[in-house]
Amino acid sequence: MSTLDRRSPRPRRRGRADLTLFWFVLPGLAALLLFHYVPLLGNVIAFQDYQPFIGIADSRWVWFDNFDVIVEGDSEFLRALVNTLQLTLIQVLFVFPAPIALALLLNGLLSERIRRVVQNILYLPHFLSWVVVVAIFQQMLGNAGLLNVFLQAQDLGTWNIIGDPDLFKALLTSQVIWKDTGWGTILFLAALSRVDNELYEAAAVDGASRWRQTWHVTLPSLRGLVILLAILRLGDALSVGFEQIILQQTAVGIENSDVLDTYVYNNGLIAGQWGTSAAVGLVKGIVGVALVLGANKLAHLMGEDGIYRGERRNRGARRDAKRGANNR
Amino acid sequence: MSSLTRSRPPSSHSAVPGRTPATPPWRVLRALILLVCCLLVVVPFLSVVSTSLADAEQVTSSGGYVLWPDRPSLDAYRAILAGGVVSRAMLVSVGITVVGTLLSLATTAALAYGLSRPGSFGHRPVLLLLVLSMLFVPGLIPSYLLIKELHLINSYWSLILPMLINAFNVIVLRSFFMSIPRELVDAAKIDGAGELQTLWRIVIPLSRASLAVIGLFYAVAYWNSFFNAMLYINESAKWPVQLVLRTYVVQNAAIGAGEASAAGAALPPSYALQAAILVLSIIPIALVFPLIQRHMTKGLMVGAVKG
Repeated sequence: MSTLDRRSPRPRRRGRADLTLFWFVLPGLAALLLFHYVPLLGNVIAFQDYQPFIGIADSRWVWFDNFDVIVEGDSEFLRALVNTLQLTLIQVLFVFPAPIALALLLNGLLSERIRRVVQNILYLPHFLSWVVVVAIFQQMLGNAGLLNVFLQAQDLGTWNIIGDPDLFKALLTSQVIWKDTGWGTILFLAALSRVDNELYEAAAVDGASRWRQTWHVTLPSLRGLVILLAILRLGDALSVGFEQIILQQTAVGIENSDVLDTYVYNNGLIAGQWGTSAAVGLVKGIVGVALVLGANKLAHLMGEDGIYRGERRNRGARRDAKRGANNR
Repeated sequence: MSSLTRSRPPSSHSAVPGRTPATPPWRVLRALILLVCCLLVVVPFLSVVSTSLADAEQVTSSGGYVLWPDRPSLDAYRAILAGGVVSRAMLVSVGITVVGTLLSLATTAALAYGLSRPGSFGHRPVLLLLVLSMLFVPGLIPSYLLIKELHLINSYWSLILPMLINAFNVIVLRSFFMSIPRELVDAAKIDGAGELQTLWRIVIPLSRASLAVIGLFYAVAYWNSFFNAMLYINESAKWPVQLVLRTYVVQNAAIGAGEASAAGAALPPSYALQAAILVLSIIPIALVFPLIQRHMTKGLMVGAVKG
């Protein structure tokens, strides 16, 4: 491309060009600050006897009184905590490994075309809203659902799964598995496709059976990814399926379904105990961050990358920067 | 690993070259498991669509949901759309999705571009704020109070503005922008293009696939969002379709003459009406899903991998 016939570029001072770019950043930055960081600051009401009609500025400061529900173990709070931890445990056991298993099954499939069809079918539920997923489950497993219509046609009576509090946690878990397992395979399939095929050849030459190849080649190749996802999951240990539970809570009663997030919602927005709810929400957030950072630290100690490779490289960079400053 | 060089096993007929293929019984078992997985997804969809199309007689005689409509009819859809509630909710949802997606894409692209150029003013702290926003989630109560303080309760903006920026999307798009050869951008500069022109004429045309995927993700998020509407929209006339779905399908509120109206005498059975609402709320997702599939490998993976 010839530039001879064009206007010669205006000389532009560096500082000006940089500020021009800042105008591009500004709308997004404003949205981020206003809708993310301002509410973060709004957590101060956790230390107040907040009254909506008085506002944050004039509400009375009660400091740590709101945290009594946590410290003294209010029974409703404890119930929510126990339900949350139970659900997290169940989901780590059943939801977390599901996409790994599915990815291993898909990875071995012979036909590329069949594999793509299966993948596309299994990805779809991820894009449905929780309202749709819950509605579909109700329509399938509810009293007039496909399952019970079938059971009745066989004279087997009905099986009310949807309204049974004892089955609620299993129901929640199966909904999560149904919605996100297919989508969850994407990362694992990408990792599996990067495995060096010569490793399999070498293992085969050394006499490893297919199972031993899976154990010694395939699974180790997923290690870093599994650790990364486990750290991220750990950060969410105290948040389990809020929208999903809110949608179904009335059907099964609060006893078996109340988790920390719904406790905050019901206690704060519905019952008007703003300070206490904000306190519980705040502690939950802080514990979540601490868990992520702690798990990440642990991964570093075990010699894994974790979320960010950071540490060593950063330290090096900082040292370089310091050296540069000293030289100057 | 000296064994590598010695000899190679005869090339096997396997999905992963070099790997010992599975034995036939395992292959059958694997195929069966995958078939069951697919059926678990397909059958519910089929049943919902079939029930929405089934006529009153079949729904009543089966006692609820059916797997295949014997005499398909569109009565349920006609009744639902004539009632006003669902069609208005569909309009609200489409409006929020279209406006929200356009605003999100514009803001995200501008932000990603501003952060992608080396040495732009303040790009380090802004990037840090973005990354940290994924770690620190503000919490329900303060978010609600903010919307209330801004007087956005019952405003459609309360469904758009809090979702305007998704930090992950910004970071993916930024790394895609950074993979565009510097020379192209520099050439545009030398030709006298300003930053806005460079973004519009050079960078955006080169990132169509990435923008398409990110736009589709935003669109799906706007269409699917229900909790914000539940919190911030009290007037049922302003409900998006997800809230209508929650009320009439999940909570099983009675669908009466106000919500549906039939040309003839009786309304179609409520199961058919519920299934029809469900199908209407899924259709837009089913429409964009193939687009996501098509662009995803091209658009998202490149950006993510190169970052």
